[in-house]
Amino acid sequence: MRMRTIEIGVGAFLLAGIAALIVLALNVSGLNLSEQVKGYKIYARFENVGGLTPRAKVAMSGVQIGRVTAIRIDPRMLMAEVEMEIFDDVDYLTTDSSASILTSGLLGEQYIGIVPGADEEMLAEGDYIQDTQSALVLEELIGKFLFNKVGE
Amino acid sequence: MKPESDAIIDIRGLSFARGNRPIFAGVEIKIPRGKVTAIMGPSGTGKTTLLKLIGGQLRPDRGDILLDGLNIPTLGRRELFEVRERMGMLFQSGALFTDMDVFENVAFPLRVHTDLPEEMIRDIVLMKLQAVGLRGARALMPSELSGGMARRVALARAISLDPDIVLYDEPFTGQDPIAMGVLVNLIRRLNQALGHTSIIVSHDIKETLAIADYVYILSDAEVIASGTPKELEGVDSDKVRQFMQGLPDGPVPFHYQAPDYMEDLLGEVS
Amino acid sequence: MISNMLQRIGHRALSRLASLGRSGQLLFQALVARPQPLVMLPLLIKQLWFVGVLSLVIIVVSGGFIGMVLGLQGYTILVDYGSEQAVGQLVALSLARELAPVVTALLFAGRAGSALTAEIGLMKATEQLAGLEMIGVDPLRRIIAPRFWAGFICMPILTMIFTVVGIWGGALVAVDWLGIYDGSFWASMQQAVSFYDDIVNGIIKSICFGLVVTWIAVFQGYDCIPTSEGISQATTRTVVYSSLAVLGLDFVLTALMFGEL
Repeated sequence: MRMRTIEIGVGAFLLAGIAALIVLALNVSGLNLSEQVKGYKIYARFENVGGLTPRAKVAMSGVQIGRVTAIRIDPRMLMAEVEMEIFDDVDYLTTDSSASILTSGLLGEQYIGIVPGADEEMLAEGDYIQDTQSALVLEELIGKFLFNKVGE
Repeated sequence: MKPESDAIIDIRGLSFARGNRPIFAGVEIKIPRGKVTAIMGPSGTGKTTLLKLIGGQLRPDRGDILLDGLNIPTLGRRELFEVRERMGMLFQSGALFTDMDVFENVAFPLRVHTDLPEEMIRDIVLMKLQAVGLRGARALMPSELSGGMARRVALARAISLDPDIVLYDEPFTGQDPIAMGVLVNLIRRLNQALGHTSIIVSHDIKETLAIADYVYILSDAEVIASGTPKELEGVDSDKVRQFMQGLPDGPVPFHYQAPDYMEDLLGEVS
Repeated sequence: MISNMLQRIGHRALSRLASLGRSGQLLFQALVARPQPLVMLPLLIKQLWFVGVLSLVIIVVSGGFIGMVLGLQGYTILVDYGSEQAVGQLVALSLARELAPVVTALLFAGRAGSALTAEIGLMKATEQLAGLEMIGVDPLRRIIAPRFWAGFICMPILTMIFTVVGIWGGALVAVDWLGIYDGSFWASMQQAVSFYDDIVNGIIKSICFGLVVTWIAVFQGYDCIPTSEGISQATTRTVVYSSLAVLGLDFVLTALMFGEL
């Protein structure tokens, strides 16, 4: 009988461990098991990507429509090139959409916000977004501000 | 009574040293089959070490320990396992496994060495416990036993496989008179009833000599006397006499080495 | 005089080296020595109970309080920057990467490690280990190996439970008491915590700690001087050496895992 209590206890302990692992995987780290692929890739070039990192979200009107998969330097244009994976069911991004690097909150993460345009054609696999807005660099802002002030 | 006639254990030229201290230097001991042999001597002479050497837990530096022809220090794991089936050891502290009750402790060697069905194991365990008078205590845990009872359970465990040799490590030390009487009686009776060879390591003269058939006395790394208890009484050796009679002063001196007494008392404060 | 001191230092160093060698031998024989699954399993289960289940209370309580303190302190500091929603991220990352593996290992060394050392040391002192040998059972296989595997298995489980309880504690403080919007608490956490980089690395750390702490605890017990003083010395050594080893190993592992970040 003592042995049975022990066995039950150990079994519960191991189950608790597995449950903890699952909670950590799904709730804490947001591991997405199903959503591994199912997307198409589009690209955008920026002068300055600021603090954007891979796996940052790509959002439209604040709603996530994909994620950043890679950030590289384009050696021909000498600009940063961001590769994004957009969910397959988001097929309404026009070819004249604009992409900007925005920040959520003051210390928050940087993400890419997409504003669709008015074109008839939609973006497809491998397309480039032409209208881009780089990340705001604090020093440039201050420089601009001071310059304007001096001008007054 | 000549032990050479049938020695179940033959120890030849045994030498063993711990660090710089020699514990045994060329010791020769023959243990006669089926009898009670006592190995005695002042404390610290390595009597327990001898049992460990016989049991294969320690390896001698030199010499042979022959058990029916098998040289114990040279045996491999498999063979040592089989030889240990023929030996039972009663440790000084009982050494019962504290996480099992009395029944499981006595059953342990049976479970390890045999494939007997549960009913047979139960019968054997009950018989062994009956032999030591503790069949009613079979459900107790070792922590609930008195010292004397724990030793009796350990004895039951030591004989559970009906070994050919039973080794007793200081069985009488620290026991009250009744427990001591029980143990002395048990060791003798079991030896006669089961026909095994008993080797008792002890320094309790009175109890040991009462049941021993043959005695070896060890001191300073060698055997200083051997014989039946009667033969030993007449031995002409200061060391033996001091040990046997419990004399406070003799070859083992009373005073620890010290400078001259008068000088010490009258001398300057250093 | 100097030569005396040098001799003592040399002797001490050599004896430490010798005991390290003995501990390596113990590790090898306990792990590699032909295991008998049928016999081992009930022994292992019993040890999982003593080593793991009985440590749960201290782990859960510590995890809860540490998580709550993290939430509180984190909020107090971040609120000045208007970034209090990042508390979730702060609590989760600190716990998963560092605090859970290290604190769990330290608590484990103190509770289960010292218990293992004392138990094995006592078995040595009461000649139970010698008794097992005389009956023909290898004490390494029967006593040491199950305890070793139990410690090794329990550590990651306890660490994960610590992390979860800690995050829950942090959530309790941040969301329920300090009024952070729970959506942003969990969302910022999920954004910032990467399963492979943070959670799995934390688990790998805890496995390494489990190996080291259990190894030290078991060896100190097996190697101790079998007197009551010897056992108490061995227990102290277990706690001290384990703690130092965990902290040192943590630095090395952190540098390896998170160094580039």
